[in-house]
Amino acid sequence: MSFSATLSRELLLAWRRPAEIINPLFFFVMVVALFPLGVSPRPELLATLAPGVVWVAALLAVLLSVDGLFRADHECGALEQLLTAPQSLYIPVLAKLVAHWILTGLPLVLMAPLLGYMLHLSEPAIAVLFVAVLLGTPTLIALGAIGAALTVSLRSGGILLSLLVLPLYVPVLVFGAGVVTYAANGLPVSGVLALLAAMMLASFVLAPAAVAAGLRISSGN
Amino acid sequence: MVYFAAFLSCRLRSPVTDLPLLQAEDLTCERDDRVLFAGLSFAAGAGEVWQVAGPNGAGKTTLMRIISGLHGHYEGRLHWPAATSAGQDPRQQMLSLGHRPGLRVELTVLENLRWWLALHQQQLVRDQAEQVLALVGLTGYETVPVAQLSAGQTRRVALSLLWLLDKAVWLLDEPFTALDADGVALIESRLRELADAGALVLYSSHHRLNGEARQICLGRGAGEVR
Repeated sequence: MSFSATLSRELLLAWRRPAEIINPLFFFVMVVALFPLGVSPRPELLATLAPGVVWVAALLAVLLSVDGLFRADHECGALEQLLTAPQSLYIPVLAKLVAHWILTGLPLVLMAPLLGYMLHLSEPAIAVLFVAVLLGTPTLIALGAIGAALTVSLRSGGILLSLLVLPLYVPVLVFGAGVVTYAANGLPVSGVLALLAAMMLASFVLAPAAVAAGLRISSGN
Repeated sequence: MVYFAAFLSCRLRSPVTDLPLLQAEDLTCERDDRVLFAGLSFAAGAGEVWQVAGPNGAGKTTLMRIISGLHGHYEGRLHWPAATSAGQDPRQQMLSLGHRPGLRVELTVLENLRWWLALHQQQLVRDQAEQVLALVGLTGYETVPVAQLSAGQTRRVALSLLWLLDKAVWLLDEPFTALDADGVALIESRLRELADAGALVLYSSHHRLNGEARQICLGRGAGEVR
């Protein structure tokens, strides 16, 4: 019951405050769209750089969005209600992560193929980019949420959050961008995609427990 | 309405044992190298009202947070004998309301309450919620975003949980903040009603409840129980 209640609450909150969904997506699209203007519009160069550019932009867009994941609830006192509620924190936190992926991860996933096309990626590479971003963004959100939980009570936690979380993002970036390059070069991709899927499942199952612990530490326990 | 309040009251569990609900032994808390209170011991049982009093900065909120399990940096021991002997999790029977109301301003009154009740594994029944909101003077505000309510009205929304939930222990940090005289009287009588029905009410405030209430006086690095 608390899963569906938290999920619908988060979706409702986002509906009332749409800027928070649009910001990361706007950032993602702008970075990728401005990139060819700054480098060179040559198709073969852009196709080489595309996997890295799209992935770095997606990663930073997610990082930008997770910072506020618990902040508003912390400031209004709702987080204390969550922490003192007579149940484990795992379920509502999982619901929050799922809602956050639907609101910020999914738009990035849907936009990624379009941006890949814009950067002259080949068709098989675009398909793999889509799948890789689909599998990678939940991992990014789950890992970012751990940092967000630890820094929620700090007044300027943004920089600390980046320092905490960016090293954990590196494997996702390496495999995510790597697999698109493999696809562009006609190499097999299923192994790396399976690895990305494994990272997603592990992080989504384990991160809520870490987030719960982080929230308790932030509250002063 | 009286019938409704009575119905809710009799749903409250009556104490089955004589064990205290909450027992504190030698609680000591320091903050920024300053001792807030030291050697604080008390045992609070069912049907009692406790006031945590003391000047600003004496550690009232910290004590409330320690009791509700939000603050872990203290020495001494805190037990829940009644819940432990019954093999229950003390959090199951407790509601803690902080000095911040805990309502998201983007959501309406009912949406906030729905989530809040779901955290306590309870479904919001719209008729019941409307009745309680009418009782706390918020008729017609059910679907208004909390952002449009005044501070006192926001406090009333949070305090409507006193009628909507069924708990054995109520921890209220500054429940009377921003309330008008009528609101204070309403909450006062409800707290008394809950205690009479067998709940333990512990609140921090400068305001003293009419009638009998135990008191924990904090200040000057000590805690005194009266």
